[in-house]
Amino acid sequence: MTGRKLLLENVHIPGIETFDVYRKNGGYASVEKALKKMTPDEVVEEVKKSGLRGRGGAGFPTGMKWSFLAKPDGVPRHLVCNADESEPGTFKDRYLMEKLPHLLIEGMITSSYALGANLSFIYIRGEFMYILHILEKAIAEAYANGMLGKNIMGSGFDLDLVVAPGGGAYICGEETALLESLEGKRGNPRMKPPFPAVKGLWGCPTVVNNVESIAAVVPIVNEGGDAYAKIGIERSTGTKLISASGNLVRPGVYEIEMGVSVEEFIYGDDYCRGIANGKQLKACIPGGSSVPILPAHLVTKTAAGENRLMTYESLADGGFASGSMLGSGGFIVFDEDQCIVKNTYTFARFYAHESCGQCSPCREGTGWMEKVLHRLEHGHGTLEDISLLEEINKKIEGNTICPLGDAAAWPVAAAIRHFREEFEWHVTHATEAQTRNYGLIQPRVEEIKTL
Amino acid sequence: LTPIDFSPEMMAEIKHVIGLFPEGKQKSALIRILHIVQTHFGWTSVPAMNKVAEILSIQPIEVYEVATFYTMFHLNPVGNYVFEVCRTGPCMIVGSDDIIAYIEEKLNIKVGGTTADGMFTLKTAECLGGCGYGPVMQCKYKFHEHLTKEKVDEIIEAYREASISK
Ligand SMILES: Cc1cc2nc3c(=O)[nH]c(=O)nc-3n(C[C@H](O)[C@H](O)[C@H](O)COP(=O)(O)O)c2cc1C
Ligand code: SF4
Ligand code: FES
Repeated sequence: MTGRKLLLENVHIPGIETFDVYRKNGGYASVEKALKKMTPDEVVEEVKKSGLRGRGGAGFPTGMKWSFLAKPDGVPRHLVCNADESEPGTFKDRYLMEKLPHLLIEGMITSSYALGANLSFIYIRGEFMYILHILEKAIAEAYANGMLGKNIMGSGFDLDLVVAPGGGAYICGEETALLESLEGKRGNPRMKPPFPAVKGLWGCPTVVNNVESIAAVVPIVNEGGDAYAKIGIERSTGTKLISASGNLVRPGVYEIEMGVSVEEFIYGDDYCRGIANGKQLKACIPGGSSVPILPAHLVTKTAAGENRLMTYESLADGGFASGSMLGSGGFIVFDEDQCIVKNTYTFARFYAHESCGQCSPCREGTGWMEKVLHRLEHGHGTLEDISLLEEINKKIEGNTICPLGDAAAWPVAAAIRHFREEFEWHVTHATEAQTRNYGLIQPRVEEIKTL
Repeated sequence: LTPIDFSPEMMAEIKHVIGLFPEGKQKSALIRILHIVQTHFGWTSVPAMNKVAEILSIQPIEVYEVATFYTMFHLNPVGNYVFEVCRTGPCMIVGSDDIIAYIEEKLNIKVGGTTADGMFTLKTAECLGGCGYGPVMQCKYKFHEHLTKEKVDEIIEAYREASISK
């Protein structure tokens, strides 16, 4: 039993990407129910009751975000779907949109109705151009069938839906950078406040939500917020799409019920089926490149020895000392052969590459960390470089306009916290570091769990 | 710099995209128009950007600042086929370095270079959103996933054939 699927249930039905097949399998029921039988506020109420938390990474309660939307008279409001999906390790939104374009469109209609938006957008990373075409095809079908445009299903509600591409910039996943980009500008994050809920797209009140959050509104409206909240544990309700990558037997996108154990997720037959090539687990980054890495002994168990679960709370158990975060659900698994220093270096390079450059601590700090990690990885570093990295980290943290700075700093700090001797090895065994991969010669056997 | 003209098909495509946004918000179409330009010309040249500015009734600098911010736009001529190979963590741990080295060897170019016949350019990219299917690369908006040396051979062969039959 893999648990209930609320989003991907019908993903394998042939033709499900077409309007007719999607509709025949119960599609657009939430639009029908919301527009005909519910007021917009009632829809917001169900989303609040569901306990749904934003699936884009920050986990902010969606219903609460919706209730903050300013509603000045005569000013249009907008819903913008964040399909920028660029966090290393994350590829679930792509899967959902490619396989079930109508699920996202349905979610956009129902959510736009709840928010009183008559012109909504899906902002998708430029590299996903082929999905933009899939979505546009599905949107055309929705218009042709009266689900978009004027007077949807005779309800008097009008909605236009437009897909807009980015051009290759991770920072445009940050909601205010996204709005800048959607206005045809460079993706420089804005200072907050004002928050998008007050001044967003073109200065109008705007809600930005992740693809998966918007899709989840469909089952929430169909089955009711209470039913949704019954799935999962504590404040982690419903199901979550996990993008599993790295050294796994079966990487891919999985819809899990919140609360599945990490052990089950990595080793279970219904999920990733263990580490590839008969190797052993060395480390795991459970929520995308921005969250702390966990060494093997803290992956399936918390520091207190409890089973670690796939929930916001359990993955964060232990704080930064021994926990991590669910984040965007980008679950990256490392086998015993991998070098943590090298991986950390690629992340530092990524953040330096993606920093928009507005704030000096982020612009300079990310570039500096990249350089220091580069020399460590290539055997030219010193032991002081390790403390230097920690110092740079502290200078970035909390001193920037947007969270990219923190996102760049935390993974480095966590890697050093849990794998310090591996960093030191790159200094003390400089010649070897130039020719060989740490992981291949120094497996952390004592921590490795055999199943 | 000689001014450039856009074909009627391109203009029709551009008009359609501008029409997706409300009156007065035509600048929102900019990024997508740059994709159209690059698809037609292979890269994003200054005359082409000037033309885009004219169409959108905005200053050329507004187009340059966008084109230089977003990494998908090539601001210099490139080969007919640009391989952008992801090298971020999740792809790296499943072997992207080997794939990059293999392409360099096979095409006899370094990252950033273009083959003498102008057919292929090799670039690296940061996470392309296909981490579970790595190593991953993109070429002309198409994803090539689960890359192996054999697969790279096939891809190069297929593009060579496609360009001959053109
Ligand atoms: C640097 C950075 C990158 C982000 N990238 C994404 C992204 O690709 N997709 C996404 O949905 N949210 C991303 N976010 C989070 C968004 O700012 C925003 O919180 C989210 O889209 C809200 O939607 P949700 O509440 O439904 O999660 C990013 C944030 C930061 C700081
Ligand atoms: S923290 Fe970095 S990415 Fe964010 S606004 Fe500042 S410079 Fe730009
Ligand atoms: S790391 Fe290569 S596609 Fe994400």
